Amino acid sequence: MPRPSRLHIPHPSARPGEAPDFSYLRLSAAGAVARPEPSARLEAMSPSAADLATQLVRVLDDDHRAVGPWNPHLEPAELQVGLRHMLLTRLFDERMQKTQRQGRISFYVKCTGEEAVSVAAAMALEPHDMLFPGYRNQGLQVVRGQPLVALMNQLLSNTGDMCKGRQLPVMYHGSDARLFSISGNLATQFPQAVGWAMAAAIKGEDHIAASWIGEGSSAEADFHHALLFASTYRAPCILNVVNNQWAISTFQGFAAGESPSFAARGPGYGIPGLRVDGNDFLAVHAATRWAAERARKGHGATLIELVTYRVAAHSTSDDPARYRPRDEAEQWPLGCPLERLRQHLCALGEWDDARHAALTAELEQQVNAAWKTACTFGTMTEGPKLDPGLMFEDVYETLPPHLARQREALRAELAGATAAALSGNVTQNTGTGA
Amino acid sequence: MPQMNMVQAIHSAMDVMLERDRSVVLLGEDIGYFGGVFRATEGLQRKYGEHRVLDTPIAEGGIIAAAIGMGVNGLRPVTEIQFADYIYPAYDQIVSELARLRYRSAGDFTAPVTIRTPCGGGIRGGQTHSQSPEAIFAHVCGLKVVMPSNPYDAKGLLIAAIEDNDPVIFLEPKRLYNGPFDGQPDKPAVPWTAHAKGEVPEGYYRLPIGECAIAREGSELTIVTYGTMVHVAEGAAQAAGIDAEIIDVRTISPLDTATIIASVKKTGRCVVVHEATRFGGFGGELAATIQEECFWHLEAPIVRVGGWDTPYPHAFEWEYFPGQTRVANALKRVMGEAA
Repeated sequence: MPRPSRLHIPHPSARPGEAPDFSYLRLSAAGAVARPEPSARLEAMSPSAADLATQLVRVLDDDHRAVGPWNPHLEPAELQVGLRHMLLTRLFDERMQKTQRQGRISFYVKCTGEEAVSVAAAMALEPHDMLFPGYRNQGLQVVRGQPLVALMNQLLSNTGDMCKGRQLPVMYHGSDARLFSISGNLATQFPQAVGWAMAAAIKGEDHIAASWIGEGSSAEADFHHALLFASTYRAPCILNVVNNQWAISTFQGFAAGESPSFAARGPGYGIPGLRVDGNDFLAVHAATRWAAERARKGHGATLIELVTYRVAAHSTSDDPARYRPRDEAEQWPLGCPLERLRQHLCALGEWDDARHAALTAELEQQVNAAWKTACTFGTMTEGPKLDPGLMFEDVYETLPPHLARQREALRAELAGATAAALSGNVTQNTGTGA
Repeated sequence: MPQMNMVQAIHSAMDVMLERDRSVVLLGEDIGYFGGVFRATEGLQRKYGEHRVLDTPIAEGGIIAAAIGMGVNGLRPVTEIQFADYIYPAYDQIVSELARLRYRSAGDFTAPVTIRTPCGGGIRGGQTHSQSPEAIFAHVCGLKVVMPSNPYDAKGLLIAAIEDNDPVIFLEPKRLYNGPFDGQPDKPAVPWTAHAKGEVPEGYYRLPIGECAIAREGSELTIVTYGTMVHVAEGAAQAAGIDAEIIDVRTISPLDTATIIASVKKTGRCVVVHEATRFGGFGGELAATIQEECFWHLEAPIVRVGGWDTPYPHAFEWEYFPGQTRVANALKRVMGEAA
């Protein structure tokens, strides 16, 4: 008798109380992966598209040297800028996490351990390229020069908030900085970025789009729409999957299925997939440059999987100790992106502990000063407040009659409440809001 | 003035806009080389090129998402969802993204996307080619929802929709494409050439989004309706011998309540008619608004007429469809006569 089928339920390599185990990760030595020409056709690539999508592009070796064909040969000054951006991102994160714990903001999402994914990529792109971030890409905001005060104002939903109090904290945007509005719904920005890139190609412009999602949300249909449309129309864009191993409590195996990598999704759609050490600043920079050159020369999109680890909780509302080993982050084999770039600069003789301490102090001071300024625009408990009437604006380009009536009804409601509070009586609310 | 049926009028609107505005692009399934399953885009790809009239993969979510990205990048996309019944895979992109992009970015990002989609029954389409989903879009803040009932309105409103900087769901009652169908499938089809609203200017003109039309003036009772049911209601009122005022809502959202309220205050009686299922349908919103604003003018309770609250059944199309008998019965009931 043949054995009946049995449903396979995937399990992570370790749960709380068990020893962390990353033996499932396929690693390549730094410098070991060959670099095809960015203009190469998918089927003519060397190494093959399948190898590129399953090996791991790495540049920094264990002795902190940059090695191999993917070495982007960046100037020390540029590496120092990268280190500054990553350190600022981390210090900003730590400070904002603290303010959330103090009850000053309602919610926060850290990107600890994933700083290179955003910072190196943004530095490898041109200022006119359009970025469609996820909610764990604060490094993009930092590189694109979004003022810390502007980001903090958004987190505070205060009178300086770019979103006018309409978005959950961390859902920033910057039209001048070419940073698209972040959505709380996962992966929706991926096919939108492709559409943006299609428009650039229709208009005959040189600009490309780049987007980031987590490996967990690659399970959404939007991911597949993005890859298909990018492939069909050869859209000039870079589609990044940040594989930080965890989607809240769901380990990467649920979205990967039996696939050896997320980058391997690319070739099935006719798009090259690069699997990259996401904690290696130089590798992320080089892979992004490769994909950008490919896109700009009319060869279409690239899928980049950035292998990294979500060191922090999913958000301030999450406790990862309930679903993964407490010491898992310490066992992560690809280290810390900041530390690795710092060591590389030290090995080059372009950085030292004293300079690092000075930079840390300078950036901490910058974050603290920005926070003080942001608080003058109002906090949840004190200072100026946004006018609630703002909630009716921007639903449409012009205020339709029913919203004008509702805004008046709210004003009456609030005036009534104020009058009641002053007189100590409860007054009848007459606004029907029809 | 030229005569056009509704498909020709819709085609003409897109032709005019592609000609006038370089940022207008069309995208959808089968719309390019083939010209669309209802021929609404016939010849437009040949005329304006493959970069402006795009055939797409069968992925409604991808079509709307790509259109959003294009809109953000300065284009004015007009998408076709082949049947309204196929729009649901795109619902998240429409509701969570398209409708709220202006709001969530405080006006810094917008996507002026028009979504054309044929809706409604009467074509033997069964449960996957006959639905009228206007209510689920009317409920979404940030969308405009339009449903024309004739070629003249269709062209003027579609041009207005394409030029609108807010997203517009443009529902095309497909049973009206070839003629003003009055709900009687056994009668010989009437073409638009026999109808005043079949006269459509060749060039550019627009009609305001957000305004009802009075399709027929009357004194005894107000019928508030839209789409195919405008013509069914006219037939039913005539058959019942009732001098009904017929309001063609045209824009479901934002709703022109003033025109509706003025009419009901004048007649004192009201029947709300739509083709969609009744429970939770847009007729509930209409009836509630009229009741709130016209209560002391009403001589009788407002009655709603719609499709039965079942999926659209293939074999029982005309028993399901809210035809003249069902509408006339409602009119008589509101007039106080035994139905």
